[in-house]
Amino acid sequence: MDLATFLVQCLNAVQYGLLLFLVASGLTLIFGIMGVINLAHGSFYMLGAYLAFSLAPLFGQQFLLMLAAGVLLSALFGFVLEWVFFSYLYQREHLQQVLMTYALILVFEEMRSLLVGNEVHGVTAPSWLSGSFALGALMSYPWYRVFASVACIAVAAALYFVVNRTRLGMMIRAGASNRDMVRSLGIDIRMLYRVVFAGGVALAALAGMIAAPLSSVYPGMGASVLIICFVVVVIGGIGSITGALLASLLVGFVDTFGKVFFAEFSGIGVYLLMAIVLVWRPEGLMRRGY
Amino acid sequence: MAEPLLRALSLTRRFGGLTAVDGVWLDLNRGELHAVIGTNGAGKSTLVNMLSGELGASAGRIELEGTDITSWSQPRRSRAGIGRSYQRTTIFPSLSVFENARLCAQARTQRPWALWQAAGACATSGAAAGQALAATGLQDVAQQAAGLLSHGQQRQLEIAMCLATGPRVLLLDEPLAGMGAEETERMLALLTELKRDHALMLVEHDMDAVFRVADVITVMVDGAVIASGAPDVIRNHPEVRVAYLGEGH
Amino acid sequence: MATDRTWIVPVAVLLALAALPAVLTPYSQDLVLKIAVYAIFALSLQLLVGMTGLVSLGHAAFLGIGAYVAVLATGDGGPASLLWLLPAALAAAATYALFVGVLSLRTRGVYFIMVTLAFAQMAYFVFHDTKVGGGSDGIFLYAKPVLALAGTTLVDLDDKRQLYYAVVAALASTYALLALIGRSRFGHALAGIRINEQRMRAAGFATYPYKLAAFVIAGALAGLAGLLLAVKDGAVNPELLSWHESGAVLLMVILGGIGSLRGAVIGAVAFTLLKELCQSEALLGPLAGHWQLTLGLAIIAFVAWLPKGLIGLGAPGKTRAAQRDG
Repeated sequence: MDLATFLVQCLNAVQYGLLLFLVASGLTLIFGIMGVINLAHGSFYMLGAYLAFSLAPLFGQQFLLMLAAGVLLSALFGFVLEWVFFSYLYQREHLQQVLMTYALILVFEEMRSLLVGNEVHGVTAPSWLSGSFALGALMSYPWYRVFASVACIAVAAALYFVVNRTRLGMMIRAGASNRDMVRSLGIDIRMLYRVVFAGGVALAALAGMIAAPLSSVYPGMGASVLIICFVVVVIGGIGSITGALLASLLVGFVDTFGKVFFAEFSGIGVYLLMAIVLVWRPEGLMRRGY
Repeated sequence: MAEPLLRALSLTRRFGGLTAVDGVWLDLNRGELHAVIGTNGAGKSTLVNMLSGELGASAGRIELEGTDITSWSQPRRSRAGIGRSYQRTTIFPSLSVFENARLCAQARTQRPWALWQAAGACATSGAAAGQALAATGLQDVAQQAAGLLSHGQQRQLEIAMCLATGPRVLLLDEPLAGMGAEETERMLALLTELKRDHALMLVEHDMDAVFRVADVITVMVDGAVIASGAPDVIRNHPEVRVAYLGEGH
Repeated sequence: MATDRTWIVPVAVLLALAALPAVLTPYSQDLVLKIAVYAIFALSLQLLVGMTGLVSLGHAAFLGIGAYVAVLATGDGGPASLLWLLPAALAAAATYALFVGVLSLRTRGVYFIMVTLAFAQMAYFVFHDTKVGGGSDGIFLYAKPVLALAGTTLVDLDDKRQLYYAVVAALASTYALLALIGRSRFGHALAGIRINEQRMRAAGFATYPYKLAAFVIAGALAGLAGLLLAVKDGAVNPELLSWHESGAVLLMVILGGIGSLRGAVIGAVAFTLLKELCQSEALLGPLAGHWQLTLGLAIIAFVAWLPKGLIGLGAPGKTRAAQRDG
């Protein structure tokens, strides 16, 4: 493998890892703060992708605006969803949460089928982001992928800022370690949960929107991303955003280079990585903490 | 004097920057009730968890009759004769009182491969359970669901479950917690009876009870032992008065 | 402990099952067969979830492995002998269960759920993407296994009637085995681990080997269900290992009632019929095409309002201790 190819693969690995991080950070936040395991989290990613497909004709070249609109819409959706459904799950056992969110996937899949159909769609990147630049003599790298990585890094930075430097973030971190204490301090924990949940949904949907021009928009995309996210959360440690970032990048590299070197068996590479981490550090790379 | 049954030698436990247990030396002898007292956060529960095997040691050793057991897991220590009861009642609420004791006793004669035999018909564990329940005065409620017992009875069951495994050392974490006067008397009588054949370690907050039944008292403050000796010695110990008894109870 | 009457209902059901072929249409017989195989699958998960308290979201992997081994080991050379095919399928499922169990039992709670799901997905990939299985289309089983001794064929699973009785026998055996485990020392220890693992460790039980044993046995039994499914359908495909399948069997267990063997069977019946109902055009008309929606809503309703499962409906006065007996 020459340097240019290696560089391209590295960039792909980072870009895939960063997108994964967006989805996984939402999952780990929701689980870390509210203690709810949500199998339907992948559906939010799918929601984002289909949102991009639906909104693209309306916004044309205003890609960033479309992303913003999508984030707002999905956050609103998440807010309402938490209110009418998820808030009832917090007190229930994990098994019941698993089953109810599994049923939710079925409902979402069917709703999508009714509203948008089952076809596979493509979303074209806006013209100001299309095209590629040269990397070495033979290779080129698409501008859109660079944009995707940069966008994810920006979101990650924003997330870090919110969680570690704002009052909201302080309440989130406090809520993660001691729910009752936060409540007794007079903070409306229900609203806090609703905001966190909406944020988690928005993160996943944003990832789906950014990913739409890269991979096609198809019905099963929620399921595949979800299980990989679970692997990321197991490796990184539940509730740890830093862990999710490290783990996402690790998974990105294993998956990308796995495809290069192991072809058809590449799919299992990620799980073998998880197996190794389980042998070495069952509680995740970061244990607990941000 | 006979060798101590269980010894802690300079036992230390650190959690990051915090030293919860700091170089503790402790001897548990058969026929003796050794009480460990101290303010909240003194490290008493951590010490119990280290002796029982639930928490590892950052430094120091634990010896059971001369054998170094510091690296042994909790189940292994339990089978070797170290039993414990918990501060928070750790019973099987949905099982009968008898089954609670019998299941613990089953740890001695596990035989998991004998699938054709009904557990309830196991003579060895049944007998051990019967004895443990009789010793703690619970034989009359043996068939009741454990979750329906009164708080005091549940604390007694805690002890019975510990006894059912036939331990030589008993580590009791606040057995008197939440008990009324009458139940406390019953429990103290039981402890006095038990200490004849066992080495007992008691972590307690009830000072009257401690000074009545303890043969040796160890006082811990901020993870370290500041005094250890007979109750009279401790009662008059200047440091103890300042650090602990002086704060009122 | 249970009274001596608890075996009456299961035996009555068994007798009824045995008599059914005389009165049912071939379609209904096939449905009953499907329910029976899924009942074995659900029972195997009940050992994990209900008896040991381990919620696995990857149990379908063992169903699929049992099924694929049954087909792959048969190969092209005519019917395979059950004498080695059955142990082979069980052993394959048990081996993967050992691998998954050793690793996943190092975790607890939600981690355990996610890890079991992930390992099932790994197995799914092997059969879906690689040349090991027949890819996403699956493989056909043309020659159904037989049981032959000294030249004479005793059981030929190609015969619908014989397959039916073989499945019923397998279901009865699985039920009996789990009932036996339930009342044995091993089973009581599993119950203790489920209710309060910390106390079990304090008493002297090394809990990890117990959980691992339960995991492997459950995996092997799921493999049995898989083999029977492959023989019944004459084909296997990777979707047998999908998380939809894992979710479905978990649903059967919760639908019927956790902790009860009867509950597992009832759950298998209820779920299969519920799915048939949701997909039935005769009953639901145009909604049948969107059965995922109706099924999903039905599941949410069930879990929300019947947390104890269907078995909780008929016995409001019984304590949970009694319900767990079978």
